[in-house]
Amino acid sequence: MFDFLSDYDDPTLLGAFWVTVQLTVLSAVGSLIWGTLLAAMRVSPVPLMRGFGTAYVNVVRNIPLTVIIVFTSLGLANIFGVTMGTEDLKDRAFRLAVLGLVAYTAAFVCEAIRSGINTVPVGQAEAARAIGLSFSQVLRLVVLPQAFRSVIGPLANVLIALTKNTTVAATIGVAEAALLMKEMIENEAQTLLIGAIFALGFVVLTLPTGLFLGWLSKRLAVKR
Amino acid sequence: MTEVSVAKEDVAATGELVVLKSVNKHFGALHVLQDIDLTIARGEVVVVIGPSGSGKSTLCRTINRLETIDSGSITIDGKPLPAEGKELARLRADVGMVFQSFNLFAHKTVLENVMLGQIKVRKKDKKAAEDRARALLDRVGVGAQAEKYPAQLSGGQQQRVAIARALAMEPKVMLFDEPTSALDPEMINEVLEVMQQLARDGMTMIVVTHEMGFARSAANRVVFMADGRIVEEAAPDQFFSNPRSDRAKDFLSKILHH
Repeated sequence: MFDFLSDYDDPTLLGAFWVTVQLTVLSAVGSLIWGTLLAAMRVSPVPLMRGFGTAYVNVVRNIPLTVIIVFTSLGLANIFGVTMGTEDLKDRAFRLAVLGLVAYTAAFVCEAIRSGINTVPVGQAEAARAIGLSFSQVLRLVVLPQAFRSVIGPLANVLIALTKNTTVAATIGVAEAALLMKEMIENEAQTLLIGAIFALGFVVLTLPTGLFLGWLSKRLAVKR
Repeated sequence: MTEVSVAKEDVAATGELVVLKSVNKHFGALHVLQDIDLTIARGEVVVVIGPSGSGKSTLCRTINRLETIDSGSITIDGKPLPAEGKELARLRADVGMVFQSFNLFAHKTVLENVMLGQIKVRKKDKKAAEDRARALLDRVGVGAQAEKYPAQLSGGQQQRVAIARALAMEPKVMLFDEPTSALDPEMINEVLEVMQQLARDGMTMIVVTHEMGFARSAANRVVFMADGRIVEEAAPDQFFSNPRSDRAKDFLSKILHH
């Protein structure tokens, strides 16, 4: 029943999912950093930064991810000649996909963190300012550590959504799980079985992530 | 011996440490601070009392610019309060503040709370910061709780930690914004005792409070505020036994008759 799987070796089933994992991890790290910076901008006292943060989030989160990913390839790469530091087209597609996923996911990370910042009592920041910490120190040392702990749950949702969103990278030819699935469905008769295999593959990736982060959020909760 | 005499000189040293000149502030249409003039000398303990909404907390918070003012000037140790930025942060480090709701950093242990400012603002090394933090925690009587988180402490203990956290910065002046108002009655005294001790040690203190006993015993001067104005300033004995203004007489008659 599963014989057909051995016909696929570039990439193999595991290899394709490995690309999915790489896309997920790199985009998660990138969007966490960029999203945190955006959140910092949105609460900063500088109007220009606040304006940029607000505009970015409201524009980017309302554009379909497919449009963003396709734009990275057709727009950034083909029209503006962004090579992402490589001549290899496969590598370039992969890097462009990560760029698009980071740009898109960061908007959601930003909003999750910003809602976390709002759960930190204003007195915490006042006390931090009162001992002479600068704005960025107040944010880094007092507010964000508490904000992060309160939004691990929502961030888990974003991470799970990101894992599944990596399938959009197939549209620009990144050889991840969804592209292989499409290829298999075109070539093989066992459509339902193939669908089930890939669905299971994603559940295997996301379920432990959700459970682990749920446990972590309980463990790290800030007691008041 | 030498140290003692140096400390005494500090207490005796005069000079204006905090000066407010015709300070005005509005919250929307509400004129919360109206032409406030107030001078606090080095080593002086000034207690600010008055009915709720009289602007006394706001006054306290303007001194380290947690509240901005609309007009007038505030100088600390001869330097005017700078605008937001590095300069202001440096000045705030010299002005200790104790809040009504303690505001200990909830994600850090008691010890880390007292070490944070020393390391990040005063640039002390970890060892020196920890030594000083432990000494201060012992001084306010919560040395045994150093490894706990704020939520595990009683209100009185938390407030004493907050005082230690402010003292760790070696401030020139300490602001207390209703430090005992959120405490259960049996915990008020343990905090007031720490503040009494601080006053005896010669710390310059501005205390907004409803604790008349503390005002009587520890204050050099009582400032009575009502409706955004300083209505009366006097030595505690004189103020409590023989208030001049009708507003103060009225206020005292409501709180002291039982």
